[in-house]
Amino acid sequence: MIEWRAIILTFRLAFVVCAVLLVIGTPIATWLAFTRWRWKFLVESIVALPLVLPPTVLGFYVLVALGSNSPIGRWYRNLSGHGLPFTFEGLAIASVIYSLPFVVQPMVAAFSQVDRNLINASAILGASRLRTFFRVVMPLSVGGIITGVVLCFAHTLGEFGVVLMVGGNIPGVTETVSIAIYDNVQALNYAAANRMALLLMIFSFVTLSITYAINRRVWAIWPMHR
Amino acid sequence: MGDLADASLARPAATDASRPDADSAAAQESSSLSVRIKRQVSRDFSLEAAFEAPAGFTMLLGTSGGGKTTLLNCIAGLSRPDSGRITLGPRVMFDSSSRIDVPVAERRLGYLFQNLALFPHMTIEQNVHYGIVKLPAPERRERTMALLESFRIAHLLHSKPSQISGGERQRAALARSLVTDPVLLLLDEPLSALDQATKATILDDLRKWNASHRIPIVYVTHSPAEAFALGEHVVVLESGRIIASGMPQDVLRAPRNETVAQIVGFENVFDAVVSALEEHEGTMLCRLGNDGRELEVPLTRAEVGSHVRIAIRAGDIIIADERPHGLSARNAFEGRVTAIRREGVTVIVTVDSGLPFEVHITPAAAEELHLETGKQVWLVIKTYSCNLVEQTQQARINSKASLESA
Repeated sequence: MIEWRAIILTFRLAFVVCAVLLVIGTPIATWLAFTRWRWKFLVESIVALPLVLPPTVLGFYVLVALGSNSPIGRWYRNLSGHGLPFTFEGLAIASVIYSLPFVVQPMVAAFSQVDRNLINASAILGASRLRTFFRVVMPLSVGGIITGVVLCFAHTLGEFGVVLMVGGNIPGVTETVSIAIYDNVQALNYAAANRMALLLMIFSFVTLSITYAINRRVWAIWPMHR
Repeated sequence: MGDLADASLARPAATDASRPDADSAAAQESSSLSVRIKRQVSRDFSLEAAFEAPAGFTMLLGTSGGGKTTLLNCIAGLSRPDSGRITLGPRVMFDSSSRIDVPVAERRLGYLFQNLALFPHMTIEQNVHYGIVKLPAPERRERTMALLESFRIAHLLHSKPSQISGGERQRAALARSLVTDPVLLLLDEPLSALDQATKATILDDLRKWNASHRIPIVYVTHSPAEAFALGEHVVVLESGRIIASGMPQDVLRAPRNETVAQIVGFENVFDAVVSALEEHEGTMLCRLGNDGRELEVPLTRAEVGSHVRIAIRAGDIIIADERPHGLSARNAFEGRVTAIRREGVTVIVTVDSGLPFEVHITPAAAEELHLETGKQVWLVIKTYSCNLVEQTQQARINSKASLESA
């Protein structure tokens, strides 16, 4: 049998994370693509950290940062009456941090490829920065934005370590597909593990294929590539 | 029915509303661009320029890497000068001493980039509308159509930039700049990629537009032909410095500076020493090189023994196959053809007459004279084809050294 609860939860998490990252990733990417600040590379490194850190390290620090001993954790507890760890919100926050580079890096690559003269022309024609972004930069970077969102979605679907550290495996609250597979394997329930693993693999393959087909510049997708 | 009548009435009203704008444009007729800026571009290149551009065409002429684009970008506000002041009539756009730096978007100018920078994802109509979104729709359409029709590209309204020809793209980009009613127009080698015929018609369109909108137009080019065709004013920029400015005929026809001569295309530049002044004739004699050959040139303020540099256009030299007689030209030298090569419809002949002369003639003339390498010929040069050129400081030292060592 397929654990639909875990699948629905996973997709819900992926949607939330993509939406949040679209909102906070876009300004970060825009800033990174256009700033001439000399310490910009430090910010780039911070954004890229989740790519190289083991999920357990990241999960551990997120857990500490969100825990009831941290200012953020205390503030959230006062606000909502419960803590962040082992809740859906906590899981979403951790996933947002973990998937940040997968959204930001393709966007930065796409924004940087927009001809500077087009941006200058827009300013000379009297457009504000915001208008220049929405009318010129964004339409010409659609490929990079789609790539970022799809990567983020697929990456969130498949994450394991961070989820385990921050969310645990509470069915219906924090038990995602990857955790459910792990639990099934632990219980020697290989058939159930196989069904879910296959589903996840097919889904990931299809989404990636669609992205690559839309965005023929294949290597622009790999976030490490600039 | 009543709605329709209202709509047809609304159109002239909209035009009326735009009229105060036209009045203020007329008031700006006298406002000229005044630039005095310094900018350190890199460790060994700095731009330091001061010039005035009145209403009409000011041609900014110079070799590539001379700082022309940097200068335009400073005027546009795309790069910030280290110090200086840029004003347009009474409007201060940049002033380092009072910390004024009007943002690009508020300078209300037109800038035609070398690569045009048409938005590739928009139609021509959307491109042209981009700068006038704040206007009411009927006026926006009216202005766009009027301009596109006068540029003969109205039928391309719904095409993308990638679907039209280079000349059409050029016109579309020009229309996009002009539709905003700019108070200043900057053009960065806008016609460099076009064939002669297309270029000529676009220049004509631009000239026509300029006749009705008297605003300063700064036009960057490295083509003296363009400078002659359009320019009411010429500024020559070299290594970040303005080395000549004034009316085109003054700057170009009688170049007083060595770099200007090279830019304008004087293929023959010689060092010489003044050997005699013939003041009553309005001429003077100059010794070329060290074999005593003398050239008669127009009289300038120079003393016997002073060093001068003479520039002669290759097309102003006549080749004869025997000693010429019965000519008004005062200078004739015997020499030997050392090289002949053809470039398009020009035959470039190099003649060694003690000094190498480059001469441009037509293929027919070359054939009639049976020109070939090694042939003895005579070179004939009119006195007034010899232009005296001011030497740059370094060249003066070099030429002095080479004449003295000879």
